[in-house]
Amino acid sequence: MSRIVTIDPVTRIEGHARITLTLSDAGKVEDARFHLTQFRGFEKFCEGRPYREMPALTARTCGICPVSHILASNKACDHLLSVTIPPTAEMLRRVMNLAQITQSHALSFFHLSSPDLLLGWDADPASRNVFGVMRKDPALARDGIRLRQIGQTIIEMLGGKKIHPTWVVPGGVAEPLDAVKRDAILALLPEGLDVAKRTYAFYKTLVPRFVDEARHFGTQPTLFLSLVSPKGHLEHYDGLLRIKDAKGNIVEDMVPAIEYERLIGEAAEDWSYMKFPYYKPLGYPAGIYRVGPLARLNNADACGTPYADVALAEFRMLQEQGPVASTFHYHYARLVEIIYALEMMERLLKSPDILDTRVRARARSNRDEGIGVSEAPRGTLMHHYRIDDNGLITWVNLIIATGHNNLAMNQSILQVAETYVDGNRMQEGMLNRVEAVIRCYDPCLSCASHAFGEMPLVVELADARGRVVDRLERR
Amino acid sequence: MSPKGRPEGESAPKRVSAEGSPVSDESTRRITVATAWLDGCSGCHMSFLDIDERLFELATKVDIVYSPLVDAKVLPEHVDVGILEGSVSNADDLEKARAFRKCCTLLVSLGDCAVNGNVPAMRNQFKLADVMDRAFRENVTTHPVIPVACVPELLSPVRPVHDCVPVDVYVPGCPPRADAIWYVLSELIEGRTPDPATVTRFGA
Repeated sequence: MSRIVTIDPVTRIEGHARITLTLSDAGKVEDARFHLTQFRGFEKFCEGRPYREMPALTARTCGICPVSHILASNKACDHLLSVTIPPTAEMLRRVMNLAQITQSHALSFFHLSSPDLLLGWDADPASRNVFGVMRKDPALARDGIRLRQIGQTIIEMLGGKKIHPTWVVPGGVAEPLDAVKRDAILALLPEGLDVAKRTYAFYKTLVPRFVDEARHFGTQPTLFLSLVSPKGHLEHYDGLLRIKDAKGNIVEDMVPAIEYERLIGEAAEDWSYMKFPYYKPLGYPAGIYRVGPLARLNNADACGTPYADVALAEFRMLQEQGPVASTFHYHYARLVEIIYALEMMERLLKSPDILDTRVRARARSNRDEGIGVSEAPRGTLMHHYRIDDNGLITWVNLIIATGHNNLAMNQSILQVAETYVDGNRMQEGMLNRVEAVIRCYDPCLSCASHAFGEMPLVVELADARGRVVDRLERR
Repeated sequence: MSPKGRPEGESAPKRVSAEGSPVSDESTRRITVATAWLDGCSGCHMSFLDIDERLFELATKVDIVYSPLVDAKVLPEHVDVGILEGSVSNADDLEKARAFRKCCTLLVSLGDCAVNGNVPAMRNQFKLADVMDRAFRENVTTHPVIPVACVPELLSPVRPVHDCVPVDVYVPGCPPRADAIWYVLSELIEGRTPDPATVTRFGA
């Protein structure tokens, strides 16, 4: 008789989830599932709202990466207006996006995942958290808090609020940047870059300790989806869609983001509130792909900033050839992207045009369908709206970064569970490893629940007929 | 902490666990805090993290015994302060709100979703079946199916926390700023009842 182990809730992730593992009589893992347990309904309840409300409304899908939703939503609105926003407005939006990548990646690495990396998978769960890191390595914890603070402070200086700022508007941004604020932001960046480089150097010394995890944490062959710039460089705000396969062949390139429906379909399953996007030409569920920092670095020909390009070259050496496959290396990719974000913000803010006061194109809606795509910290984010003649929303579809990774996350937890979980001798640390591979993806379940709900983490054992015979929660 | 005063609101609860006496030892008194997010965006928890280096000071006075930020999977039976973000939208949310009320001496409703339903409650103007159909039947390209297994039942209507269990302290804002959250926590640590109206407001 097989059993189901439930891990509920999954902790140190952003949102609500549950994991179930099905074990055979012999205690071997036969199946693993990641269940999102929250459902919200943005795709329906935004109906009837004026499209100009959408950035502020959809920001509330996520308090961790609200800027991503604000940007994708405003880009969809720019599309509805049929305008090209002023170049300075685009640069300013980019700065805010990079500030958010800095803070969100810092949160993922320092606040959520570093307890596993520093204190150990099997450390006492009572102290295996950011407060435990503050005790064990206060300098590192301070670095993490400071780096996140720098990102959040830049968002606040630009938008007036750290979370859910309203400064980005359809057609551009509401207010130009002044020299005082620009200089204040520029003054923060060197310290941020010092912290980022220091953390990156430290993390490189940790990597050799996790050879085993790198080999077993989600190494399945998948496609990689991301935006790239027209030159094929790392891109987070605009650009074109690229898909690479597991061997590194480019299978789709320079696809305008508004054609996303040609590449991406969505399926539902009755056991999760999170849908399952897939690459249409391969069908469901074969069209599995990953998005986010790992995919972006695998897809990009270069970062385009000096230190990040050095780090990118080192990142590529994690694998002998082809794209870096291991989900464990999302952590590495995140640290490379923080360096890039800080370098790129400095470049943008030193641009002679950054203080230009022409930052907003004004128009009314000139199209009844708008699509906005950007790279959120966790991957490609798609907002798609239809409006009526009065500018009221009639239909919404959102494909969220974490959603893209749904098939891959399910496959990864199966691989980790098969490797580390012994049903005859269940130990807390085994389950923590299953959760840890989810943390590599840094899933944003608040986002993913836009259509669905929260994810608690539970491990249940079911017998061959699917009856739950045992349930394990971590205490 | 011995919460002396009660907030003025009519929903101030009668219960004070263990007659309001501190749960842990008098001499080495550290306050225990539990937090959870119900149906919200996590933004209030992020705003809490925005207290930044004050987290170190907090750690000297407070034990976070249950939270999405730590690994405990079970809410302890006695907690001094419970903080709930988000509205009550599904069966899990309701269960968690009730558990928090039962186990926590003081219950804080943090942020506009918890306090008044905010954005999650926008779905109340639609039939739940229509909301589900849009997501899982209309907006899929293959395999349309409504999730029912291993996921909590959705409730209708979406409700603010105090509509389900009595709440002691209301902290509105979307999200409340870090300074407002720090003020509330500091007051609670000092055994005083905070007046969040002085530091935050709806939509702040």
